[in-house]
Amino acid sequence: MFNLHGYGPSILEGTLLTIEVSLASLAIAMLLGILGALAKLSKSVSLRITAQSYTTIIRGIPDLVLMLLIFFGGQVFINQMAPKLGNDAYIDINPFIAGVMTIGFIFGAYMTETFRGGILAVPKGQLEAAAAYGMTRFQIFYRILLPQMIRHAIPGFGNNWLVLVKTTALVSIIGLDDMVRKASLAAGATRLPFTFYLAVAINYLVITSISVYILKWLEQRYSVGVIKA
Amino acid sequence: MDFSIIFDNIGIYLTGLKHTILLVSISLAIGLLIAVPLAVLRTSKNFLVSGPVRAYVYFFRGTPLLVQMFLIYYGMGQFEAVKASIVWPLFKEAYFCALFAFTLNTGAYTTEIIRGAIEATPHGEVEAARAMGMSRFLMFRRIVLPSAFRRALPTYSNEMIFMLHGSSLASVITIVDITGAARIINSRFYSPYEAFLTAAAFYMMLTFLIVWSVKKLEFRWFAHLRPQEAFQTKNRI
Repeated sequence: MFNLHGYGPSILEGTLLTIEVSLASLAIAMLLGILGALAKLSKSVSLRITAQSYTTIIRGIPDLVLMLLIFFGGQVFINQMAPKLGNDAYIDINPFIAGVMTIGFIFGAYMTETFRGGILAVPKGQLEAAAAYGMTRFQIFYRILLPQMIRHAIPGFGNNWLVLVKTTALVSIIGLDDMVRKASLAAGATRLPFTFYLAVAINYLVITSISVYILKWLEQRYSVGVIKA
Repeated sequence: MDFSIIFDNIGIYLTGLKHTILLVSISLAIGLLIAVPLAVLRTSKNFLVSGPVRAYVYFFRGTPLLVQMFLIYYGMGQFEAVKASIVWPLFKEAYFCALFAFTLNTGAYTTEIIRGAIEATPHGEVEAARAMGMSRFLMFRRIVLPSAFRRALPTYSNEMIFMLHGSSLASVITIVDITGAARIINSRFYSPYEAFLTAAAFYMMLTFLIVWSVKKLEFRWFAHLRPQEAFQTKNRI
């Protein structure tokens, strides 16, 4: 049953691309998540409202619709804007960038909630103490808040990462050669769709299982100083 | 942006809305029906009983819904035995395949949600039920499951929203749901903003509808946790 008819290396290539897309989107999502969480907890009303509408809107719309909107809509937008900036050539959106941007943007909203929870879990007195010591806002964030919020944020972060990896399957729809699309191509050529999609499913299981293992290790590492009841 | 093309073609979106609602509600209903017994089996201490449920949940939670749908829609045709059997006319239909994949997917997630809720049952309640001489079935029906459902409701509302969002994948296998309608409009008029923003608005509306109904339901189910205003006022007099 698991004769891949020479398509093994192609699927493997796709797997690497899936991992690349996942990691690149994770980087964007974490950046947006931190910014979003800080904005949600800031004193400025306009920042709070922006962050709140960002998370509400993103979580109300399916990933696929957002991805199609950014991929097709971005295409139109760039080609409307480009002539005004003196560029007359037709510009194609790179599906890798569209995919990574969309997934990063979506999971930024989920990360915002996770990080917000993590920040709120750090005792306020510690931040006040740091301020009393004369630390700058950046020092407080980097020395006091970040190391402690990571511990609280890891379980939620792990969940988001696992969902994110599975969401990357959608980039195959906008034409990126990830493992799902590689499997579709192989399935079309060999007429063995079940074999190839099952292989891809197992690849996802391997990725998620390894992730769970690493996340457990991280959780233990960041909880070293915590005394459990 | 020109939203008049949307108003001229609102019929396609309404068809899409109907299919989205049907797909989501049917798969959620059947998924919940299979999840309750599976969750009870999953809590069993006998590995022969809990093992297969574990494997099912592990597979469906660890792989993307898109791949599961492809496995069912494209994959089943690979087997001559399936093609020769009486279920083949069903598996040839995109609609049935999407429904099948969604149901199994939400069933797996719901099993995990209900299992968590069952395991959080205070031990004293179980002991009390046993001391009353209840059979296992009666205990689950009267004591464990009602309170488990209550604890599971907030998480389950997330699952409902995920399923609504996941149902947009049906458009990939030719079904005209809301996303499918948007893709038709986009390819017909080359108007991605109007097409997909309208779809987004429809999904937002459905999401808020789910959130609102769950809030209503929570108000009823958590009635015992509400401050008893009427009672207090009466006592004060």
